Amino acid sequence: MSDTTATADANVDSTERATEKSDRSADETPDRRSVDEPILRVENLEKRFGGITAVDGASFQVERGSITGLIGPNGAGKSTTFNCITGVHTPNDGVVVFEGTDITGREPHQVANQGLVRTFQIARELPEMTVLENMMLAPKDQQGESLWRSVLPIVRRDVVEQEREIRDRAWEMLEFFEIDHLAGEYAGNLSGGQRKLLEMARALLTDPEMLLLDEPMAGVNPSLEKKLLSHIHELQDRGYTFLLVEHDMDVIMNHCEHVIVMHQGAVLAEGTPEEITANEDVIEAYLGGDV
Amino acid sequence: MSEAPDSNDGVAETPGERSEATERPQWLSDLLLIGGIVAATYAAFGVIGLLTGVGLNETVGFMRQVTFFAAVYALVVLALNLHWGYTGLFNIGVAGFMAVGVYTMAFLTASPDGSPAGLGLPIPIGVVGGMIAAGLVGLIAALPALRVRADYFAIVTLGLSEIIRLSLLSGSLRSVEIGDTEYGTGGGSGISYTPVDSVVPWLLERPVIGFAGDQLYAIGRMVGIQSSIIDGGLYTGVLILFVITFYLLLTRIAYSPFGRVLKAIREDELAARSLGKNTDRVKITVFVVGCALMGLAGILWMGSQSRVNPDSFMPIVTFYIFVALIVGGSGSNTGSIVGAFAFAAFLWQGPRFIRAIVRANVDVRPPQTIYDAVVALGSGDPLPFVGYVIGTLDELRFVLVGVVLILLMIWKPDGLLGHRKELAAATDITRRPTATDGGEPDE
Repeated sequence: MSDTTATADANVDSTERATEKSDRSADETPDRRSVDEPILRVENLEKRFGGITAVDGASFQVERGSITGLIGPNGAGKSTTFNCITGVHTPNDGVVVFEGTDITGREPHQVANQGLVRTFQIARELPEMTVLENMMLAPKDQQGESLWRSVLPIVRRDVVEQEREIRDRAWEMLEFFEIDHLAGEYAGNLSGGQRKLLEMARALLTDPEMLLLDEPMAGVNPSLEKKLLSHIHELQDRGYTFLLVEHDMDVIMNHCEHVIVMHQGAVLAEGTPEEITANEDVIEAYLGGDV
Repeated sequence: MSEAPDSNDGVAETPGERSEATERPQWLSDLLLIGGIVAATYAAFGVIGLLTGVGLNETVGFMRQVTFFAAVYALVVLALNLHWGYTGLFNIGVAGFMAVGVYTMAFLTASPDGSPAGLGLPIPIGVVGGMIAAGLVGLIAALPALRVRADYFAIVTLGLSEIIRLSLLSGSLRSVEIGDTEYGTGGGSGISYTPVDSVVPWLLERPVIGFAGDQLYAIGRMVGIQSSIIDGGLYTGVLILFVITFYLLLTRIAYSPFGRVLKAIREDELAARSLGKNTDRVKITVFVVGCALMGLAGILWMGSQSRVNPDSFMPIVTFYIFVALIVGGSGSNTGSIVGAFAFAAFLWQGPRFIRAIVRANVDVRPPQTIYDAVVALGSGDPLPFVGYVIGTLDELRFVLVGVVLILLMIWKPDGLLGHRKELAAATDITRRPTATDGGEPDE
């Protein structure tokens, strides 16, 4: 399937969303942003590894304040898309615009500092650091991250001052996620589900605008899953935007307002969960029929 | 349900009250730990030495040597702990960075009439220059090397260290004529210069220190300790001051947000980057600082002889430093010092002390071969075997190091102090703040 992005767009059945993609110019200026503008826009994203084209002209956008699901069969390019958005990979082609700023090809830490923070498919906790240390790493603009400020006697007072604030915020976040009883534990000793919670709590401490969650429910037991989902909804009410890759269709269909389906590196369809479940192409892609 | 150590939440305390003050108990207990280990070891050596007839002079001289090696090892091990223990940078080119420090110092301070000639600058400028040079070489190495994966990074640093050593050894850099003067590395014979322990006579000319020094020499004469041992002891005292400075500096780094980023890089660099940390900048900073400290440590160690040559910087030196760090427990500054001391006292100098004991009590002559020793042992005479062991002690130490490492891997894979939770934060985070949300501390 070496077709270009035209097919992907043609397959978009939700017409009012498709019309928003009129502007394809790569040079976006930050001052064009408005409240209505999507928080994240991905256009014609392309990533090749040797002979394999993992992402082949994917285009989609995420509305501010929404919970958007990104689904697709294995190998559809979801994780690679995540990696291209967050700077882990540099895309071969295409544009990623976050909050009106072109962030294509930026380093992961630059993307994170813009307010676009991710979690990983397999939780990347820092195993030989305690849960609280993990949390306290996250906040932005820590004075003490400069060597001389941490070392020089008088300036260090400000660092200590800020450390107390950070510590208190970290505790509050741990309480919100109900893992505060684990604060002194090494993160490596946590269970899989607890690690997922820790990773999400940690990501939130960076004060992001938007969170990219890569399979947040994988390996999480049903009761914890419920808890995670209620946290996500609560955070949505506070104004956070979520984009989540997930294989659990119940989660996607019951909790996302908007669903993007990827197949063979391109966007196959997008729309509301109802529209997606009714979409022939999607069913075929999932059941393994020829597209 | 966690066994959350030290989280005795029973005492309600406002966050304001527990400021820097709560760091001190940890420092104090660490200090007591180090002091206790050192004092106990010296007491044991002293008692054994005197009881077995080694003699006061030799016992004190031995302790001085142990202290000297413990101090210089502690300096390098602390610097390496910053690289490897904290940041996970597998730098096996330690000897090379030490060489840069010492040779720069030698070049800057050597006499302009010497062969090879130096610039004849004062020693403090040489010391600072050596540190800067080691840091710069670290920077040059870091820029390309930190881009490669951890194992390749190790190879790059080892290669660089050997390139430095072989360059210093090479004939083409041995002597370079600039103007009328012969500069250069001196090849295999090295450069001679004024050793840095000449700081001791300088200090003894100062008012207060000089007086204290005179008393010390007087006491030494009274109990019969050679003044040369006291000379060395005073320089070792200077080294200990440097160890304390290193320790305070590195502890500050460890208990800070900067130290937290270092640990995060060690644990999972991509996770740290994804949380907005510019890990490249931090890694370069920490590599340069560590290399500069290695340069300084090299100067204080090798620079106390009056001549430096490339043989002092064989890769084996790096591996001894790693052994000391592994014994103590990487990732812990206190562990680094304990490891350096344990290495110096038991693995390095300890066997020599045993040799001194044996020589003071039994008249042993090493046999020609180990075969003779074993045959004699079989016929009931252990002396030739003891003699063989004593005679080849310097070589057998390597076996001892290997055995200790294996035992350590089995029983204490984290080293003596590697299991400790040393929390990277500039404030106490073992207890939950109680004043912020008015919540009761549960559990």
